[in-house]
Amino acid sequence: MVVPLIYAVNNAFKPLDEIFMFPPTLFVRNPTMNNFIDLFGLLGNSWVPFSRYIFNTFFITGMGIIGHVLLASAAAYPLAKHKFPGKSFMFSIVVLSLMFTPAVTAIPNYMIMSWLGLIDTYWAVIIPAFAYSLGLYLMKQFMEQIPDVLLEAAKIDGASEYRIFWTIVMPNVKPAWLTLIILLFQILWGSDGNGFIYSEQLKSLHFAANQVVAGGIARAGAAAAVALILMSVPITLFVFSQSRIIETMATSGMKD
Amino acid sequence: MQNWWNLKLREVKANKHSYVLLAPYMVLFALFTVLPVLVSVVLSFTYFNMLEFPRFVGWQNYTRLFLDDDVFLIAVKNTLLFAVITGPISYIACFVFAWIINELSPKLRAVMTLVFYAPSISGNVYFIWLMIFSGDRYGIANGILLKFGFILEPLQWLKTEDYILPIIILVQLWLSLGTGFLAFIAGLQTVDRTLYEAGAVDGVRNRWQELWFITLPSMRPQLMFGAVIQITTAFAVADVSIALAGFPSVNYAAETIVTHLIDFGTTRFEMGYASAIASVLFMIMVGSNLIVQKLLRRVGE
Repeated sequence: MVVPLIYAVNNAFKPLDEIFMFPPTLFVRNPTMNNFIDLFGLLGNSWVPFSRYIFNTFFITGMGIIGHVLLASAAAYPLAKHKFPGKSFMFSIVVLSLMFTPAVTAIPNYMIMSWLGLIDTYWAVIIPAFAYSLGLYLMKQFMEQIPDVLLEAAKIDGASEYRIFWTIVMPNVKPAWLTLIILLFQILWGSDGNGFIYSEQLKSLHFAANQVVAGGIARAGAAAAVALILMSVPITLFVFSQSRIIETMATSGMKD
Repeated sequence: MQNWWNLKLREVKANKHSYVLLAPYMVLFALFTVLPVLVSVVLSFTYFNMLEFPRFVGWQNYTRLFLDDDVFLIAVKNTLLFAVITGPISYIACFVFAWIINELSPKLRAVMTLVFYAPSISGNVYFIWLMIFSGDRYGIANGILLKFGFILEPLQWLKTEDYILPIIILVQLWLSLGTGFLAFIAGLQTVDRTLYEAGAVDGVRNRWQELWFITLPSMRPQLMFGAVIQITTAFAVADVSIALAGFPSVNYAAETIVTHLIDFGTTRFEMGYASAIASVLFMIMVGSNLIVQKLLRRVGE
């Protein structure tokens, strides 16, 4: 499983003559930072400053995550703990939406985006991420295990539902936040604009990385370096949040 | 009847805060998920090129899909092949690896979880595989085969029809230990230990019986959730195909329903036709999910 990843890590530190060596090797012999230096040289010369791509990816990822965690939690709370007309209908539609991929809705989505005037803005990527259905699903399942007694007690003390949500429910579902953060991070970090973003200065890090890779053989070293940078960020995040994510997944089951 | 409506209305009013909390999410969800599915179904019965107003054409797009479009049939064949192979294998692999990992000490378990989950979280770095299966002799695959003399000259892995599908399946499997895998690990940890003791008293003799009669039924909810995730990904193969085999691939060897949809939606601007493809894909995905859900309800009965 990890062999391709080990290969990728090693390739990033191989000098060019080792990348193009026969027979090819898995491990690097004379590690060098040249690929990274090349990469930064390459990016320093790009038409749009490289820091711009970094900012774009961070902005999209950050806004998407904040919005999604807030909106999905707010929606998950009544679905998990309240009884009201339309509840089971709404939840079953969300579950149904887990059963198909975004490719199904790509064309109408483009039309809706253009109708809303969001084409070629960050928001075309950010706003749909708010309504990502797996996040709501996991959050709702996790909230169900909050003891009702806790909520009842707050209600007797005169707290409003909004207050209960913010001061009691939210602090209790921290593991689920982390899970939603990681899920969204994975999607948004790797996003290349989903076909909604055309302006070079709004494009993402992942798009810039693909440009480097598209340089072909001459850039094999820089491409390996960029692959390492792109994959190390989500993996590091997962290392630190693993136990919380597993805790959330324990409640992920679909009940009959 | 009047009474029933009044009752419902009063219920809605009493739960005003629930709707307020739900509203922001649900509005966006309706706008970006529910509405597009409906629009897609409507458009699939029209001729629409983004410039003129959609013109109703009845079932024409669908008849063209199944009767006149040879490439679509290749796409369906490939997609089903991917789904039938990667779906069950990845699902079983998710469970087996989770089951093995569950027996380890917590420290080792955390490390192994990372090892198995790393490929799916490492983002869209399929180009590692481009380096492995590159067509010159510096790619690992060619290098090893050449070195040991199995082949005399480098193989054009990603440009030869016979190799493209197996390679995509391999990469797809490599990527497939994702959310479902994590759900299984978590599910195994929540199985009530006392059930195993009770099982031993009731005559469970070996690990297999324990697995079938106790472990699997206890984690049925996670099994259902994992199935949804794995099935949906198994039918949605596109990114890997485009990244490795190119778009379009050699002689459409790696064409899938999703790449066919991308072709008509973003290259040819035949939106009505593309919507018909999307609707077919929707039916296949949701249909197979619902069938598998039915089957999984029977586990351990």
